[in-house]
Amino acid sequence: MSDTPQDNAAARESVSVAITGSGGAGVITAGEMLLAAAAHAGWHGIQTRSVGPQIRGGEAVSMVRLATFPVEAHDDAFHLLVAVDWRNFDRFAAEVLLAQGGLVIMDKAAGDVPPPLKERAGKILSLPLSKAAKEAGSRVNMVALGCIAALLGIPESSLEHAARRRFAAKGEKLVEASLAGLRAGRDLTMQEDLADHIANLRLDRPEKPDKPRWIVSGNQMAGLGAVHAGVRFVAAYPITPASDLLEWMTPVLSAEGGMLVQAEDELASINMIIGSSFGGVPSMTATSGPGLALMMEGLGLAVSAEIPVVVVNVQRGGPSTGIPTKSEQTDLNIALCGMHGEAPHLVLAPLSAADCLFTTAWAVELAEALQAPAIVLSDQKIAQMKAISDPLPLPAVKVARKVSEACAPHAYKRYALTEDGVSPMALPGTPGCMYTADGLEHGENAVPSSRAEDHAAMLEKRARKLRNHDYGPAWAEVNGEGEIAVICWGSTAGPVHEAARVLAREGISIRTVSMRLLSPLPIEALEETLAGVKTLIVAENSHSGQFLHYLRAWCDLPQEVISLKHAGPRPITAPEVRRAVIDAIGGGRMQESNIALKEAPVS
Amino acid sequence: MNEAMRKPNDFKSGVKPIWCPGCGDYGVLSALTKAFARLNCAPEKIAVVSGIGCAARIPAYVNAYGLHGLHGRALPAAAGLKLARPELTVIAAGGDGDIYSIGGNHFIHACRRNVDMTLIVMDNRIYGMTKGQPSPTTEPDYPTHLYPAGTHVQPLDGMSLALVAGANFVARAFTGDPNDLAEIIVEAIRHPGFSVIEVLSPCVTFRPEEREWKHQIARHALTPAGSVAEALAAVASAPELSTGIVWKGNRPPYTGPGDQAGKRVQDVLDSFVA
Repeated sequence: MSDTPQDNAAARESVSVAITGSGGAGVITAGEMLLAAAAHAGWHGIQTRSVGPQIRGGEAVSMVRLATFPVEAHDDAFHLLVAVDWRNFDRFAAEVLLAQGGLVIMDKAAGDVPPPLKERAGKILSLPLSKAAKEAGSRVNMVALGCIAALLGIPESSLEHAARRRFAAKGEKLVEASLAGLRAGRDLTMQEDLADHIANLRLDRPEKPDKPRWIVSGNQMAGLGAVHAGVRFVAAYPITPASDLLEWMTPVLSAEGGMLVQAEDELASINMIIGSSFGGVPSMTATSGPGLALMMEGLGLAVSAEIPVVVVNVQRGGPSTGIPTKSEQTDLNIALCGMHGEAPHLVLAPLSAADCLFTTAWAVELAEALQAPAIVLSDQKIAQMKAISDPLPLPAVKVARKVSEACAPHAYKRYALTEDGVSPMALPGTPGCMYTADGLEHGENAVPSSRAEDHAAMLEKRARKLRNHDYGPAWAEVNGEGEIAVICWGSTAGPVHEAARVLAREGISIRTVSMRLLSPLPIEALEETLAGVKTLIVAENSHSGQFLHYLRAWCDLPQEVISLKHAGPRPITAPEVRRAVIDAIGGGRMQESNIALKEAPVS
Repeated sequence: MNEAMRKPNDFKSGVKPIWCPGCGDYGVLSALTKAFARLNCAPEKIAVVSGIGCAARIPAYVNAYGLHGLHGRALPAAAGLKLARPELTVIAAGGDGDIYSIGGNHFIHACRRNVDMTLIVMDNRIYGMTKGQPSPTTEPDYPTHLYPAGTHVQPLDGMSLALVAGANFVARAFTGDPNDLAEIIVEAIRHPGFSVIEVLSPCVTFRPEEREWKHQIARHALTPAGSVAEALAAVASAPELSTGIVWKGNRPPYTGPGDQAGKRVQDVLDSFVA
């Protein structure tokens, strides 16, 4: 059980490939086509990208992992790295670790191999990629993809299928050119003596799926979940990495009789959806950290006036403009505590790209049922990840807002103090129930009030409706048994689940708790789930450990708590989680103290 | 449709206003209820949306649906409501600070977006609720506690801004002339697209000299112009306290982005197949 990532036999059921080049070289396209071809052939996998902030001409890397089993996260090293060029490679070198002994293929014209790669590589192969592209009348990214596909054993029929799907709309000429490029790449590779490497890179044959697989991104699935659940009005302001979610939604909403309005800023976005939801239409916005900060006052209004809205916040590196194109799990604090006053609301987090479908739909259901705002904490990693998935069923959510019937003049109490805290909401157009929804504190009849009794009663009502709701089992994915548990939230679930799978094969059983519902915190369910656990590893993609501090504030945690955390843009990886578990066992650190807090080392 | 004509009192909620005795905003409330009666709207089909400030308290005093939201944000909330529920009559209301200062960006974009609703800006040239600070329409030399020697900053011309930004109906009225104001509100509501009415509404507590406005108003010195350029020239050359409708445009109202050549959820699922 070495801690150093190595090229080994396990690569046959999972192989990781990075394709790098300057922006515009087409490495993202190549990675997406590799994923599509693999999906067509029956493999599982994911593709993520890391790009710089430049619109054109910056650095780009496409990271692909293919496997014979479902994967939600990257391995921590790449077995094959293909460089179309080395321009600006240093900007993401830390995100693209080559496995010890891995294979590097580069364009002959690309210049020197960066020194750290030289040390780790088992073989560096310089091939005339761009020259071959020119001769084939194609582009260098297609030649690179042809090389990769040949090494991995992707069937040519699947590669051609992917090329046709990708380029058919642009004409047969482009399809033929790309196929010529793919063939040229294959031929270049086959001329070389790579038998040793092919043995390591060639994937096991997949089991043929019953139904053709899907390729989904978290942003698409969040949009799908929202529209499926009944969202018909979206107002939003463009921001990376949420914009492609909005772009996906616009045509679908228009076909469903709804609309997406581009607002002048995020203040307008949140207030527009408050207006439309006040009118009775399930409403949503999507944004990222800076936009969420601007929406905080509006979210407080939605809490006070009890108007359901959903905000999908696709996290990126912060604070301020931070690292707009890369992922981090650091908007937890603002999502939980960003509003002034005491403002109970919902915070949820999807566990994977595919899970964005369920979690966003569930957020709509909860917001509508509880007449409260819901923040969905997605992140760039899963939002812009392309993941191969079995076809996803549309989740069985029941979206129903409790509304008021017509009533006699002056009889309606918008904020009636009901037992469950939810008061029937009169929608404009309902005779007799005219009232003014208000961010001012109010009495049951919605008339503004600064009386202490009214304030206390309304605070309690707004807390009660969230506290007493039955959230069912979806609050977390809980798996496995053992005295060691790993707890995480949102997109860190992928690496945690994979680590558990690897550990199980090594004979080590752990419990994993991947939290989907973060607020209100299901304290009882969580403590029950952690019963018998002696060591708890808290995994999160944050420098300061926001999740750990949140759990500590509210829960009785096991005797020993280990914090596995580091900032983005490097995600928490499965090998990091595995090593934290191994260390916890090896160190014999089952202490009696309830205040032991250790930081797990990270690579 | 033989429903009995509704009366202004049918549109009063009975909630007692927080306004000072003599406040100009009482006249706006009175004119608004008169206008609703004249239009014979059903109260449940009206929504009055506001932000924060003295003027923004008006929704609670009207017997209609109301949304008393955030300072500066009445216009986006009103636009969201109108786009989602186009059959409603939507009024946005607020003061000069609420609409022209903290909500200034929304004002510009509401004018260019041209959603079919009516904005009433109660202009008293002061922040009343926070007790007398200068607003965007306060004169540069007007002394306040915050700036005893004046702000030395040029006032914002909301009428011209509305015209340039694309509002489809622009008028100024005076709260001391409630019948005229009611008429203008009726016309503004009937006119398609985004209508802006700037109402001169004295703050008798912090700007007592504004009581004199009733003697200084140039009634109907503004009349509908033939073009935006002519309307701008009319606003610039007319006396400062002129009232009247200066612009009735014919831009089609915005009702949303319309058909975007999309597929419904059930039909879009195929696009995910690898």
